[in-house]
Order: sequence, then structure tokens, then C-alpha cells
Amino acid sequence: MTVFIIRRLLQALLVVFMMSVIVFFGVNIVGDPVYMLVSPDADQADIEAAISRLGLDRPIWEQYGLFLKGAAQGDLGNSFIFGEPALKLILHHMPATMELAFSALFLAIVIGIPLGLYAGLYPDGRLSKGIMAASIFGFSLPTFWVGLMLIMLFAVELQWVPATGRGDLGSFLGIQSSLFTLDGLSHIFLPALNLALLKISLAIRLTRAGVREAMGLDYVKYARAKGLSTRRIIFVHVMKNILIPVVTVMGLEFGSLIGFSVVTETIFAWPGMGKLLIDAILQLDRPVVVAYLMIIVLFFVLINLIVDILYSILDPRVRLQDQGA
Amino acid sequence: MSDVTAESTLAADPPTKVETPFQRFRAEFFESKIATVALGVFLIIVLLAVLAPWITPQNPYDLAQVSVMDGRLPPGSEAFDGYTMWLGSDGSGRDLYSAILYGLRISLTVGLASGVIALLIGMAIGLVAAYAGGRIEAIIMRIVDLQLSFPASLVALMMVAALGKGVDKIILALVIAQWAYYARTVRATALVERGKEYVEAAQCLGISRFRIVFRHILPNCMAPLIVVGTVQTASAISLEATLSFLGVGLPQTEPSIGVLIANGFEYMLSGRYWISVFPGLALLLTVVSINLVGDHLRDVLNPRLKK
Repeated sequence: MTVFIIRRLLQALLVVFMMSVIVFFGVNIVGDPVYMLVSPDADQADIEAAISRLGLDRPIWEQYGLFLKGAAQGDLGNSFIFGEPALKLILHHMPATMELAFSALFLAIVIGIPLGLYAGLYPDGRLSKGIMAASIFGFSLPTFWVGLMLIMLFAVELQWVPATGRGDLGSFLGIQSSLFTLDGLSHIFLPALNLALLKISLAIRLTRAGVREAMGLDYVKYARAKGLSTRRIIFVHVMKNILIPVVTVMGLEFGSLIGFSVVTETIFAWPGMGKLLIDAILQLDRPVVVAYLMIIVLFFVLINLIVDILYSILDPRVRLQDQGA
Repeated sequence: MSDVTAESTLAADPPTKVETPFQRFRAEFFESKIATVALGVFLIIVLLAVLAPWITPQNPYDLAQVSVMDGRLPPGSEAFDGYTMWLGSDGSGRDLYSAILYGLRISLTVGLASGVIALLIGMAIGLVAAYAGGRIEAIIMRIVDLQLSFPASLVALMMVAALGKGVDKIILALVIAQWAYYARTVRATALVERGKEYVEAAQCLGISRFRIVFRHILPNCMAPLIVVGTVQTASAISLEATLSFLGVGLPQTEPSIGVLIANGFEYMLSGRYWISVFPGLALLLTVVSINLVGDHLRDVLNPRLKK
């Protein structure tokens, strides 16, 4: 077990290192940020001063070396635009993204599982067919377009909730979040729903498949024979067996929620990391782009590592030995 | 006894027409009404996009034909030049119907080009992995697994962040985001095929490895490749639209459907819905019709579902 974890850790390190090379060199080859930062009537001396202030006059491998050295000490460089450490900027925007992702995950579970349960119990019903058709749309519609439609319907036409921004923050147990104020909740509803749609479809499909499989198993037949009410069989016995895998898979989708939040945050002007990334790309703010990408890579590598270890603990059939490589 | 019955049923059967696999496939495909309609819709979309210069009232990117006077007209308005703008016009006075058809040309080109290139690259890598085996296979599959642990949209986003804007760069980003799906599919199928007798027979005949892989194994891997290809192409089109909408995909000079939707977004909050909604519907029809065709192809081409 220890050997397995150490080996996976080393692999994870290698991946992060490789990604740092790709990301750093990729990002630093594109465009010239200097012309966006100095005023248009700056003379040659100003431009050169800016270049040397940003460290852009050094050879690129030297820049990379400095970046690596800084990264090892938790310093991913300063934002060209804000002049603040890029890491600090990202950490500052992280709570908003986390809040959005958690809300989306919550919505996916409370909406998706009951619908999937219904579709699994009555697979031939008209409503079930409707639910399954809707879940196909949930998978194939582009997120950003659904977001636009949500804004148009709920914010422009019906004017139930505001279209953009984060709203008031409330404080609870020392955590600042818009989930604790009514204004904040009304702001988070649409973006969270938008981000959740894909995962709602996933939850519906997983739950439905689980319920259909479980209903034919012996323990359900036995419970019936014992005279338990259908309600008790479903909500106590069946749910207990299918909820664990469904919730586990949904939890694993958390990383992809953070990835997808880039789109949702941009549409709803949600001040999270994703919007920061898009703004940074548009303004050629390289350090922020590099820092965001490195953090996302680190995040995914960590999630994958945890998943691998969890699986090997939960399912003894998954071999701990490295498979070939 | 059993022999006799077998013979008699054989004799009783009318002489069956010899059906080529393609004819059987075609018959099965058109059994599904939804898939037939979806294929029809997709072909119409492609046709409209190809014929765009001849069937639209204006070339939306020829400045001489666009008048700012026509800006933000609602659907059904009459344009300055006399024709009716059935879908309205956008902020700079382009007829949306024309803009959508021209946009579809770009969206479809990018989607199909990246789909085909990713397919070819993924296919080659997958075949090499399956046929070479050993260390090479292990390394390739490790990279594939690694990449598939990131969502394709995130990989594409990272690539455009690193590469910048432009048609060629978007296609490259989409290829990098998608090749692994093809490689995994081809390798899985090719592994099964490699163990079959016909490959052994070919080896015994002394046919070169290259020929075995490309002439004998590859044709038998086509079915799952086609299915993955349709679904991935749809997702490439939708990814390109997403990136362009975010402003990190195609530049304003290459106005794909995603760019059109992004342009309309600013007018949306003031109630001018049509500038974003109609391009969005065009994108939706394209992506959903390809997906429905792909879904049905999977059913038709999957030998396990055959009775």
C-alpha cells in the first residue's frame, strides 16, 4: 500500500512538472503583453523599462527557471495588471468558485437522485420517458447556451432573480458566503443551476440504472416476502445500497465542476477563478494564466490520486500493483 | 431427425437475396425515424452552409453590403436595401440569417477538420499501441489515461490559453483535447481483433506488419471509430462555440456561431433576444442532430445488440 501511494505520488509530481513546462512555454510564446500595459504614447525607453521590470528581457529558460524556483516556494509570479502575487489573486477568487461548485453539486444531488429514482421505479411511465429525454438534452446542450436561456427566461422576462454578480455576503461560523443571505441566494440560483445541469443528467442516469438493477435482486424479493411496505423497501433498503456509489461518483465530478465553472462564471459575471482566468487570457496577464492552470492541474492530479487510493481501498479487486507502467 | 428438419427448413426458405453489409446497415439505420430525421436536418444544415453565398440576401462581411442603419432590427423587419430580415439583424446591421449561414461554414469547418485530424492521429497511435504491445503500449496508454482524467473542455481551454486565438490554433487545441478518445477506442478494438485467427493467418502468410495493421485490423475497427467520431465532432463544434463565446476562441474576423452568440449577449439584457437566440438555435440543431445520428449509429453498429 505505502509503495503504491509513493509511486502514485511520484507520478503525480512528474505530471505537474510536465504540465508546468507545457503551460509556461505555451503561454509565454503567445502575444506580447508589454504593448497592452504601457500607454500608447510611451517611448522606446518606457517600453524597455517595462520589459525589464516584468523580467521579459531574459531568455525564456531563465524565466522558466525563476518561475520553478518561485513555484517551489509558493510564489507563482506577480500579475502584470494588478501587480499583486498571482497566487494571492487566485486564492482570493477561489471561495466564490467553491461556493458555486458546491451549490451546483448540491442541486445535482437533490434534483437528480429523486428524478432518477422515479425513472428507475417506473421505467415505462410517460413521465420517466420525459425525464430520460430531458437528461439527453442535459448532456448535449452547450452549457453557455443554456445559461443564456436561463438569463433570458428568469432574469429578463420573468425578472425573478438577478442575472449577474454575486450579491451580498453573509457571515456564518466565520465563513463568508453569499449562501447566508437572501440576496446572495437569489444571485447564486441561476449560475448554480446552469452549472448543475450536466451533473443532474448524470445523477438521473446513475440513480436510474442503480434502482433498476437493485429492484431485481434477491434482497428486495426477500424484503417483499417478509411483508415490508414498498415505501420502506425503496427508501431504506434500496436507497441505502445505491446512494453510496451515486454520491461517490458525484463527488468525483467536483473537479470537473470547477473546470466547467469557467463558462458559467463568465456568463453570469460571477467573480470566481474562472472569470479571472478568462479576463487574464484576454489581457495577456501571463502569470495569472500560468498560476491558474498550474493550480487546476494540481487540483485534478490530487483528485485523481485520492480516487485511485479510495478505489483500491473500497474495491479489493483493483490491484495495487502498477499495471505495466 | 434434426438433420432432416434442418434440410427441410432450408429447402422451404425462398432463395434469399444476397445482402451486402452496407445494405443491411442502411436498412437498419433508416428503421429509426428520429435518426433519419436527424440525419436529414444535419444534411440540410451542411447544404445551407455550403450554399450560403448563393442563398443569402447579403454577404454579412462585405462592408459595402452592410448598413449601420439596419442595426438591431427585430425579426421580420425590412432592411435598408429592401429585403426582409426574417431573423432580424445584429448590432452592426448584419442580416442574422446571412450571418448564421456564414457562421455555420466556419463552425462546421473547424468541427469537421479537428474531428478528422484527431481521428487520424488517435487512430494511428491507438493502432501502434495495440500492435506493438509491451512498453510502448504501456507508455501510450498511461498518457491517454492521464489526459482523459481531465475534462476535454478544460484541456481545450488550457490549450487556447497557451496557444492564442485563430482558426489553426483552435483546430490544434481541439485535436489535442480529443485525440485520446480515438486512441482509446481504436486500441481496445484492435486488441480484440489482434487475437483473432485471420490475423494469425495473415502472419503465417508472411504479410508485413504494416499491411496487417492497416489493411486487415484497421477496417475491422471502423465501426466504433465512426460512432466515437460523430459524437466527438458534435462536441468539437460545441466546444469551439463555447471557447469563441468566452472570447478566447475564434477572433471577430472569423465569426463562427459562437462569436455571433457572444456578440448578441450584450443586447440580451435589454430584451433584444434574437441576436443571440437564433445563432444559438442553429448551433443546437447542429449539435443535437449529430448526437442523435451518433447515438443510433452506436445501436446499429454494435454487434452485441444484434439478434
